[in-house]
Amino acid sequence: MSTLLEVKDLVVRFYTQEGTVYAVNGVSFDLEEGETLGIVGESGSGKSVSCLALMGLIPSPPGKVESGTVVFEGRDLLTLKPDQMRLIRGKEIAMIFQDPMTSLNPVLTIGTQITESLKLHEGMNTTQSRKRAADLLDLVGIPDAYRRLDDYPHQFSGGMRQRVMIAMGLSCNPKLLIADEPTTALDVTIQAQIIELVKQLKDEFNMAMIWITHDLGVVAGIADRIQVMYGGRIMESGSSHEVFRDSRHPYTVGLLGSLPRLDSSGEEKLTQIEGSPPDMRNEPVGWPFAPRCDVREEL
Amino acid sequence: MSSPAMVAEERKTHDGDDYILEVSNLKKHFPISSGIVFQRQVGAVRAVDGISFNVVRGETLGLVGESGCGKSTTGRTILQLYRPTEGSVKFEGQELSTMAGNDLRQMRRRMQIIFQDPFASLNPRMTVGSIVSEPLQIHKMYANKQERQQYVEQLMERVGLNPYFINRYPHEFSGGQRQRIGIARALALQPSFIVADEPISALDVSIQAQVVNLMEELQDELNLTYLFIAHDLSMVRHICDRVAVMYLGKIVELGPVDEVYENPQHPYTQALLSAVPVPDPVVEDNRQRIIIAGDLPNPANPPTGCNFNTRCPVVFDLCYQEPDPPLIEVRPDHYVSCHRVT
Ligand SMILES: Nc1ncnc2c1ncn2[C@@H]1O[C@H](COP(=O)(O)OP(=O)(O)OP(=O)(O)O)[C@@H](O)[C@H]1O
Ligand SMILES: Nc1ncnc2c1ncn2[C@@H]1O[C@H](COP(=O)(O)OP(=O)(O)O)[C@@H](O)[C@H]1O
Ligand code: SF4
Ligand SMILES: [Mg+2]
Ligand SMILES: [Mg+2]
Repeated sequence: MSTLLEVKDLVVRFYTQEGTVYAVNGVSFDLEEGETLGIVGESGSGKSVSCLALMGLIPSPPGKVESGTVVFEGRDLLTLKPDQMRLIRGKEIAMIFQDPMTSLNPVLTIGTQITESLKLHEGMNTTQSRKRAADLLDLVGIPDAYRRLDDYPHQFSGGMRQRVMIAMGLSCNPKLLIADEPTTALDVTIQAQIIELVKQLKDEFNMAMIWITHDLGVVAGIADRIQVMYGGRIMESGSSHEVFRDSRHPYTVGLLGSLPRLDSSGEEKLTQIEGSPPDMRNEPVGWPFAPRCDVREEL
Repeated sequence: MSSPAMVAEERKTHDGDDYILEVSNLKKHFPISSGIVFQRQVGAVRAVDGISFNVVRGETLGLVGESGCGKSTTGRTILQLYRPTEGSVKFEGQELSTMAGNDLRQMRRRMQIIFQDPFASLNPRMTVGSIVSEPLQIHKMYANKQERQQYVEQLMERVGLNPYFINRYPHEFSGGQRQRIGIARALALQPSFIVADEPISALDVSIQAQVVNLMEELQDELNLTYLFIAHDLSMVRHICDRVAVMYLGKIVELGPVDEVYENPQHPYTQALLSAVPVPDPVVEDNRQRIIIAGDLPNPANPPTGCNFNTRCPVVFDLCYQEPDPPLIEVRPDHYVSCHRVT
């Protein structure tokens, strides 16, 4: 296997009226072809912003990628022009978001939205692209797919909209799929449907994947590697096995200890991490977890 | 076999369990109207559709199920924030569904609610001090201003908020701290029963444990009874003594948590539990998932027969016939509503 993506020293800030938000403060990681990386962390830890940055999707202003490189198949994406980047987005790298309602256009039919990218990236005509769109909807388990091409997003349930998003993401056979909390807004039985679907498609399409989530359980069964983020930094990175079963990192250990388990009767008190996550409006000094770390004194 | 309400009656006389709450055949239907000038009712959302259960004093009963299945409506109808369409709610032996005015207000002191969203449920223009003391003023307790302030400071301290911040506004606090304010407010009138409606869902993982530990400590200290509404099934196993599983306005399974989690009987409970991811790759790799197809049916138009028959992996002909399966005790304290089981 060879390296598909190499992110180095990524720093992203937002210059807002209330001051600077230090969202991502030096993030580096690699991704192999076909590999699945789970990025976990609490709200505001910089998961979404770091992935938006590598897609060239940071709103600017107020946002700015201060420094870093994102090498994808030999090219630094951060140096590409917007129209070069647009050709990569959707074709080579696709992204699906937490709330499909906000990323689907409510006034366009599902068919129009899927065929758009097929026409742009694959040069298909209307008949070809509609046929392919129906095949894709069928693949993600939407019954009566051809007829449903003419329906609008509000005519689908939450789980079905997320399936549509996945179909759109897969439409051009991307090498990398970034999924940002794709199941967070869904009920657990629907989440299970989506996870099974993604697992199966990932192998079928042989894509690499980044799955962002705050639910540690969700990625335990899918990811090859896990990266734990906190305060705009990576706290720990390792195989799924190392991070979930053998972590020595105080934040990961604290986080896992504060989660009750479905498969054990919850007699013991949950261990709690004192304090709260950092305010990202403060300039980062030192290790972000240090103020809440209870092994710090012993070190 | 007998219905849970009847069994409850028997149990009460048998082993003298002290029920703080007895709910029987409770229904809450929301009318759907149509027409602009002349509103006429064209149907009803059957948010809660005939549920019966009891809550033992001092226990935590979990209420779980997917969004829209009627959990919040159940909690609110018990507290009479919505008046029931049908059925009975007895709190400490007194019927609430027919109670009104001052009697109901007096009962409300003993029953409180904590909401999911610590951002939306606190008035942004009120200080923490006035938020926590508002119920005291409504119920004319601690008329002396100084004593009241002292009491509010004690409450703040008890829930882990620095009383020094008594004059600050909600937006100056983090999510977890705001949920503590909500808890302090709920405790102000010294209730015996609290409906906690998804109290930790909006909080960061590292903050959830703080709030849950606080709720458990307060329960021991003040002998509180909780109805804990949640969709996080792992947390429910941790915090609850018993659990009721709801599907489309009905309770499909009810029993002690360890019993239900280790030995689920209803096909929906089995699918629900198997769908919950566990943060352990070894467990995940060896799990058998039961994937149920499709979505929750529309509660305005539930299926004929068993409510789960559109998604059930083991459905058979009887499941399409009325009446739907009754909730029946299959083992001591463990109730299930399914034709396959009973
Ligand atoms: N457009 C923006 N303008 C200002 N600040 C922003 C913007 N987008 C993100 N931020 C800030 O950047 C930080 C990191 O945000 P990010 O969205 O990456 O968090 P996250 O880890 O994805 O959290 P969540 O789990 O809540 O999605 C946060 O402090 C956030 O408030
Ligand atoms: N005030 C209301 N008016 C009309 N329908 C409602 C109202 N509150 C809830 N419902 C409906 O009742 C059903 C149950 O809702 P709810 O009790 O909030 O579910 P849960 O808390 O389990 O997510 C849903 O279909 C919901 O849309
Ligand atoms: S009664 Fe029938 S449809 Fe309902 S849960 Fe049991 S087997 Fe399934
Ligand atoms: Mg995010
Ligand atoms: Mg609710």
